[in-house]
Amino acid sequence: MKGFGIHIEGLRKRYGEGDTAVDALKDVNMTVAPGEVVGLIGPSGSGKSTLLKCLGAVIEPTAGRMTLGDEVIFEDGWRIPDLRALRRDRIGFVFQAPYLIPFLDVTDNVALLPMLAGKPNGEARQRANELLAALDVGHRARAQPSQLSGGEQQRVAIARALANQPPVILADEPTAPLDSERALSVVRILNDMARQFRTAIIVVTHDEKIIPTFKRIYHIRDGKTYEEMGLGAS
Amino acid sequence: MISLAGRDILYSWSKFVLTGIGLGLLIGVTLTMAGVYRGMVDDAKALISNSGADIWVVQRDTQGPYAESSSLRDDVYRALLGLPGVSRAANVTYLTMQVRLGNTDVRAMVVGYEPGQPGEPGYLVAGRQITRSHYEAVADVKTGFQLGDTIRIRRHDYRVVGLTRRMVSSGGDPMVFIPLKDAQEAQFLKDNDAILNERARTTANPTLNRPVVPGLLDAILASQNTNHNVNAVLVQIAPGVDPEQVASGIRRWKHLQAFTHLQMEEILVSKLIATSAKQIGMFLVILAIVSAAIVAFIIYTMTLGKIREIAVLKLIGTRNRTIAGMILQQAMGLGLIGFMVGKAAATVWAPFFPKFVLLEAGDAVRGFIVVMLICALASTLAIRVALRVDPATAIGG
Repeated sequence: MKGFGIHIEGLRKRYGEGDTAVDALKDVNMTVAPGEVVGLIGPSGSGKSTLLKCLGAVIEPTAGRMTLGDEVIFEDGWRIPDLRALRRDRIGFVFQAPYLIPFLDVTDNVALLPMLAGKPNGEARQRANELLAALDVGHRARAQPSQLSGGEQQRVAIARALANQPPVILADEPTAPLDSERALSVVRILNDMARQFRTAIIVVTHDEKIIPTFKRIYHIRDGKTYEEMGLGAS
Repeated sequence: MISLAGRDILYSWSKFVLTGIGLGLLIGVTLTMAGVYRGMVDDAKALISNSGADIWVVQRDTQGPYAESSSLRDDVYRALLGLPGVSRAANVTYLTMQVRLGNTDVRAMVVGYEPGQPGEPGYLVAGRQITRSHYEAVADVKTGFQLGDTIRIRRHDYRVVGLTRRMVSSGGDPMVFIPLKDAQEAQFLKDNDAILNERARTTANPTLNRPVVPGLLDAILASQNTNHNVNAVLVQIAPGVDPEQVASGIRRWKHLQAFTHLQMEEILVSKLIATSAKQIGMFLVILAIVSAAIVAFIIYTMTLGKIREIAVLKLIGTRNRTIAGMILQQAMGLGLIGFMVGKAAATVWAPFFPKFVLLEAGDAVRGFIVVMLICALASTLAIRVALRVDPATAIGG
């Protein structure tokens, strides 16, 4: 991959119009390189979720510019006609709860994304099994999500996010339901995966256990981002 | 691509199967209602076919003998036999009544006929045809009578000498065949007390009891105690003769009503059971609406229970048509399970119905198509909800 993983300049998002308008994002600037994991922290109502939704192409920013790899995907309007395909192929999502599909087994939860992208079932399942093995849950490949522990479910969710080898992964409080040991294990995995697959990963978190692990942290306050070096850099 | 609907059904198969069984019983009732209507039509057609007649001759201005009462003198058939194209003609009586066997009553249509003439049951499944002039009977197996049973009709006992099958009235009552004279008596003869009273009343009437006219009173009393009426004359025509031509001749020259096979079928199917057909039609419409409501409710509830999963699926790039297809396939799957259960249930319980229930393959095919259409229609509500799910709801905040 050439250039930046994801680059954001002057991103703004306004909800409503006139007197009732609310500027959720006022001036967001962010750069995450391929293979890098950055933290995004901020108090409630600071605009974290709005930013994540803009980055995830589920809501449209009001203004600004977003570049994914070396392609501008937003500049005062979406430059990509098929946002669904953009989310499927080029953005991975990891949620606070794993949100695995309960009626699919572990392999098919991961293989679903490549299948949706048009990969043959066999190839998609092979890719899923490789990822599950890499994330140390290969032995649970045939299990149903309800049979997994919380940590295992989160690792499967990470495998699903990586399934289509997206250049960027958005992780929304991925360690919130986990204890310290498992939370740190998930962060370790995210770092390993970022390095291994050259993926830019943005982790939105409140979790003080994992904040010291980031090399770079973006604070978001009143809709604006401020960058600082994290303890993980030292 | 894997079948999301199939996986979901397999994952929660017990819920699907139980719901399908519930829906299936409802579909079974619907198929049975259709079968009841088909049975009524078939009974009517069987009644016409089994009579062996080409033309029914009845009292003028009536639509007898099945749809309305009709009374003819029993010598009319002789006049009909003289008409061109008529090969055979015979008197028949029909009377629906309670026939007793021991302490039990069986509702039956008692048919009076002349052995060897039109009106005789076409085939027997056991025993023999009536050979004596009195007190023998042939009964449909649906009466429950056995060969050798003694049954009571009005004042006389009859021995069952033969059994027949599918000989029923248009109302589904099984038939009991007895000799014509006995049937005339059963239908028209009064009881002994009534006869004595009538004789006394006639004797006391000076107009009828006139000593200067010897034999008048005896003649009048004799005419009161005998009966020469029948309900219809069944006519068979010679090969190659147009039945309508013969029937119109009877109407014109004999001043009687005559119906051909087609006309009698029209009376029985379109008029006699028309109200029942509408009644059943209403039931079918209501059952279809109830089935649709149940499927819609179940699929809607199941979809509401998967809102978060649907949001995740949309967020990770699943097409709307894939999600809609998943819900539609589940509704269709439910309909398929329901139809199979319903068809099996209707087949199992149909023989236990007191009246004939005819489950036609064509009705099953039509029923299957309707069930699938209803399920597809019912799923639209859930699809609407699913398509309105915002993928952003999968992301917190």
